Amino acid sequence: MLVYTARRLAVAIPVLLAASVLVFLMVDLSGDPLADLRLQQPPPSEEVMAAAEARYYLDRSTPERYWLWMTGIGGNGDIGLLQGEFGPSVRGGAFDIGEQLASSITVTLRLVTAAIIAALGLAILSGVVSAMRQYSKLDYTLTFIGFLALAMPTFWLGALIKEGGLWFNQTTGTGFFYTIGANSARVSNMTNWEYFLDSAGHLVLPTVTLMLTSFASWSRYQRTSMLEVLNSDYVRLARAKGVPNRVVVRRHALRTALIPLVTVATIGVVGIIEGVVITETIFQWRGLGYFFIEAVKTNDAFAVMSWLMLSGTLVVLASLVADILYGVLDPRIRYE
Amino acid sequence: MTTTENINDGASTAVDKDIVLDVQDLNVTFSSEDGPLQAVRGVSYQVRRGEALGIVGESGSGKSVTSMAIMGLLPKTAKVTGSARVLGQELIGLNDAQISKVRGEKIAMIFQDPLTSLNPVYTIGYQIAEAILTHRKVTKQQARERAIELLDKVGIPHPDRRVDQYPHELSGGMRQRVVIAIAMANDPDVIIADEPTTALDVTVQAQVLEALEAARQETGAALVLITHDLGVVAGHVDRVAVMYAGRLVETGTVEDVFYRPRMPYALGLLGSLPRMDEARGEKLTPILGTPPSLLDLPRGCGFAPRCPMAEALCHAEEPVLKEAVDAEETDLHHRHMAACHFGERLVDVRPEDLFHPTSLDAEVPVEAVRAEGTEASAERGREHEASSEVLLSAVDLVKNFPIRSKGILRRKIGEVQAVSGISLELREHETLALVGESGCGKSTTARLLLQLIRQTSGEVTYMGQPLHTLSDAQMRPLRRDLQLVFQDPFASLDPRMTVTDIIAEPMQIHGQGRTAKARVKELLELVGLNPEHGSRYPHEFSGGQRQRIGIARALSLNPKVLILDEPVSALDVSIQAGVINLLEDLQDELGLSYLFVSHDLSVVRHIADRVAVMYLGKVMETGTTEELFAAPAHPYTQALISAIPLPDPVKERTRERIVVTGDVPSPADPPSGCRFRTRCPKFANELDDARRNLCVEEPPELLDRGTGHRDACHYSQVVELI
Amino acid sequence: MSEMQSRIAMSGGGPENPEQPVAKGGDLTQIQIIWRRFRRHRAAMISLVLLALITAFAFLGPLVWQWGHTVNSDIPSNAGPSWDHPFGTTKQGNDVFAQTMRGAQQSLKVAFTVAVLSTVVGATWGAVAGYYRGRVDAIMMRIADIFLIIPLIVAVASINGNVRGGATWYAVALIMCLFSWATIARVVRGVVLSLREQEFIEAARAAGAKASRIIFRHLLPNAAGPIIVAATLLIAVAVLTEAGLSFIGFGIQPPDISLGKMVEGARTAAFTRPWLFYPPGVLIVLICLTINFIGDGLRDALDPRQTMVRR
Repeated sequence: MLVYTARRLAVAIPVLLAASVLVFLMVDLSGDPLADLRLQQPPPSEEVMAAAEARYYLDRSTPERYWLWMTGIGGNGDIGLLQGEFGPSVRGGAFDIGEQLASSITVTLRLVTAAIIAALGLAILSGVVSAMRQYSKLDYTLTFIGFLALAMPTFWLGALIKEGGLWFNQTTGTGFFYTIGANSARVSNMTNWEYFLDSAGHLVLPTVTLMLTSFASWSRYQRTSMLEVLNSDYVRLARAKGVPNRVVVRRHALRTALIPLVTVATIGVVGIIEGVVITETIFQWRGLGYFFIEAVKTNDAFAVMSWLMLSGTLVVLASLVADILYGVLDPRIRYE
Repeated sequence: MTTTENINDGASTAVDKDIVLDVQDLNVTFSSEDGPLQAVRGVSYQVRRGEALGIVGESGSGKSVTSMAIMGLLPKTAKVTGSARVLGQELIGLNDAQISKVRGEKIAMIFQDPLTSLNPVYTIGYQIAEAILTHRKVTKQQARERAIELLDKVGIPHPDRRVDQYPHELSGGMRQRVVIAIAMANDPDVIIADEPTTALDVTVQAQVLEALEAARQETGAALVLITHDLGVVAGHVDRVAVMYAGRLVETGTVEDVFYRPRMPYALGLLGSLPRMDEARGEKLTPILGTPPSLLDLPRGCGFAPRCPMAEALCHAEEPVLKEAVDAEETDLHHRHMAACHFGERLVDVRPEDLFHPTSLDAEVPVEAVRAEGTEASAERGREHEASSEVLLSAVDLVKNFPIRSKGILRRKIGEVQAVSGISLELREHETLALVGESGCGKSTTARLLLQLIRQTSGEVTYMGQPLHTLSDAQMRPLRRDLQLVFQDPFASLDPRMTVTDIIAEPMQIHGQGRTAKARVKELLELVGLNPEHGSRYPHEFSGGQRQRIGIARALSLNPKVLILDEPVSALDVSIQAGVINLLEDLQDELGLSYLFVSHDLSVVRHIADRVAVMYLGKVMETGTTEELFAAPAHPYTQALISAIPLPDPVKERTRERIVVTGDVPSPADPPSGCRFRTRCPKFANELDDARRNLCVEEPPELLDRGTGHRDACHYSQVVELI
Repeated sequence: MSEMQSRIAMSGGGPENPEQPVAKGGDLTQIQIIWRRFRRHRAAMISLVLLALITAFAFLGPLVWQWGHTVNSDIPSNAGPSWDHPFGTTKQGNDVFAQTMRGAQQSLKVAFTVAVLSTVVGATWGAVAGYYRGRVDAIMMRIADIFLIIPLIVAVASINGNVRGGATWYAVALIMCLFSWATIARVVRGVVLSLREQEFIEAARAAGAKASRIIFRHLLPNAAGPIIVAATLLIAVAVLTEAGLSFIGFGIQPPDISLGKMVEGARTAAFTRPWLFYPPGVLIVLICLTINFIGDGLRDALDPRQTMVRR
């Protein structure tokens, strides 16, 4: 198993490297980090421009810059992924890309975890019920809900939910729904319990928004895989043994049908990254999504690249975890 | 037509206290987009304690649906009416909780495919114990001990170790035994076995049937054995019921049904079987046409459209199941019954008196068949000059396939020797058969000869020209002479092309596209199909017709050699006979040479001039068909011949058998010396240690050891088996 | 795997009624049979009609409607719905009804361009990889993986966000293609890998057919079902992505308008001026919903195993 994991990682590295080239070219060629500076009135002097270019390594050729960005060799010590440096931010020396990324992750992780748990739970429930009552009114209703959720633009629904929460608060004159940020402003003088409640409260609406697409696709997936198992020979044999239907569904069908879902969900976690960008924009969370949008808007090339590399690494890791989980859950697959 | 006593007569059932399963007037209807589909109509039968009833029928006859209805395992969309009682308890209409108490306890079932019948994520011990724990109040430990005991009873070696293994660690035959063990778990009164051996190789089939027999003796259960294989039925049941188009059309003791059929369908089935125990020269007599669509059943007898003696009455009125004209049995339970208006006309009639040895398909008018039948029924001229030229030959062919790891890396972790040193010669105008069980390398050999896959080492030559050195482009013109016919008539035709396009494709590839259209019509006619049907798509044809299309495609370039890979094994027996006849006629007319790959010794014995028996990538024995079947010298050939069930109750029960044990070893790690020694009855029972040494250490060569043909056994000895 | 992939992957349904016998077919062409099956899928038929209406609204509507989508001094600011302006007007003085038509048009143009281009490239790429297997396959699919690693919306935003002076609809579409063809390639490769083991492919090889003939005459036509389904789903994904991009500020740029941009402008208006908030959102939902139902109907119609009456 360890050997397998190591070997899998060895295959993943060239793909990640190639992706890093792509990411670099994409960001490097598409914009000018100093665009804002150039447009300043009065125009900055030649020396200022040259200094800025040198500061952000723009005086070197693209391949040189890539090499620098990767290794940091020949740089000012503030660049080189392999050395753990993400490069200088155009937003000034106070903005350290690495630090900002790390603090963003903790915020986002909370939201993503909540959304995955909610989406998985609901998807399994709805998928199983749908499969067991195939072609019933309930199945059609759940199917329609799934289709609707899949067609729902996250940003529109999120805006609706947020405004709905605000409207509820206004009409009832309470602060029942939290609609802004990951925590209230006055975190410092809270007890742990109050802090937990505050965080949980802030999670509710963003979680509903973020889980929607994943829920829709996973519940359809669970329905299909459940139906496949329910029609399988071994479920038929279990029923022929005299095992009551209820037990057959739980012990034989659900247990087997969950295996593919677990892997799909693991890989699908990455799809949630897209949702995070939008959800955080709506609810004004200062997480990874916010980091990304700010980075793009300020033309902060190194910040965007770092972000993309992080998400790429997550994708690769997720598919590795999915494969390993599959091997653990399904006795037919054993990695040498 | 003396008495017309109906089997549904209530009085007859009430008396018999021994009846464990009583099915009365069972009907099953599915709703489909084209209207109601009547899968089972008015089926009634009874089974006594300890008795074995065989239900025979071709695919779509409703034999499996009947048993699924009894078990309550059909989907909710199926409408089931009628009655099925086990020990007097009605099963039809029970809710899930009620029927769960009966299933597995009083009535158990065994399914066709052992590879999918067991849940892959639980150990086999768990799955057997589950059956016990569902019905008995015992501890888990006790259930486990019982599971081990059951595994031992069905003949699984080392049951205490096997009990903790997962299904994928067991072979197909082993898994089917586990399913039998599950069926035995609670000493049921009835075991229904639905095609329990169809997915297995013949030598394994014999072992599993033995395990089934042991299960019956152990539990005293009645057995309902559902199968399409008349040979299996002949040897293993007391009574037979024949199903056709959702109805029972004939019932009686095996002897009555096999020796004195009183319904033309049963007679036709027997006539369309190539048989190991009869002369080879006779042409087979297929039943023309295909079973009726269950959506649109004819008004009269379901078999009337295919019946050579159908009259106006048959098309107007469906005959009921009534006592056969010469039924002698006094015990009502065993009485011979048939559903035919004119059953009395079948007294002393042989299949070939009624059915015609034709190679045509039913689309052709019946008169044409009759006319053709008379001239073609003459025995085939089989003797070809021994000196005829060698067309295709192989020397020391070896093919190793890499074994790759699962997962994305797919690293090579070993090699399977699919073919290890095969030499063959195919002569002009002869049929050479390659016989063996699954995994023996026969299909790989066929593809190597065509250079569809490339050999690891060895040589292939066609008319003296070496093929193994040619590039794909150089090989292309030679493909005109060497064509292939496939096993699966559904997978071998591109579903998105018309029949004309399919048959014309080889001509287009070889630049003969201009004349293709006319040639396609010619070819369709040649293979016995209506030449006007070229614009149709494959799905509009039946299995037998599709196989004919596949043959037409192979013939389109006027090949010299046809390689036939299990060309009839996916077809029902009544259809298979027509295709075999067609292949024989084509060989005579066009002077083709056939390499006939098959696992079915009966078919091979019928069609081949010479036979090579393969096992684990090596030829075990080869000779002319007469020699090989009359005087098999290799223990494996003997075992194979023994394992083929004969469709004759008396012969099947009395014949001498040579039985092999165990499963085929993995080709990735074949035994040293003789590859067959791990399963060889001679090695196990007759040889002393000194002589065994030779088998372990030295691979036997393929030599003539004084039997007139070649075998690869150090201690070969001729045995007469048929 | 991105969100788009999971959306597409979930569509791969298994056989739902394996035990049902196949219906007999008459002398119908394949397209007639598929159309007959498709028509029975009520939701898909309704969706087809609806989508046709939306398309007409988006492309023909602007030709007859009195107002354009741009700012016009004749248009009052911040007006509520009226006969003159059914969806009201914006603060700057745009007719929201005209904007909606224009936005729908842009969405559909982007989505169909993405679907068609990605499908052509992806299907060919996937079929070639699946047909040759082995090393060719490994290399081709690793290349595809590189494009799958970055979530679509993020990738497009990274490039597009820096394009000053406004990205046109075709620029958005082309960049989206770059990051979505690989999804189709993956689906098609999977189908082709199992198709190529079928005997009719071996039959073609035995007849001497070349690789190009096998790929384009046999493999791709037989993979048409999954390809069409994946393509329809890609349309829906593209609509959502384009709108999402506009929402976070990186899609089609002013003075042009898109549905996502409209939602962005009206994001706080859901309860105060709902006529600004609902039309673009509902239209996006309708486009995606109808396309998904059409995809579902096509999957049923193209899958020969599905023969039961369902709705």
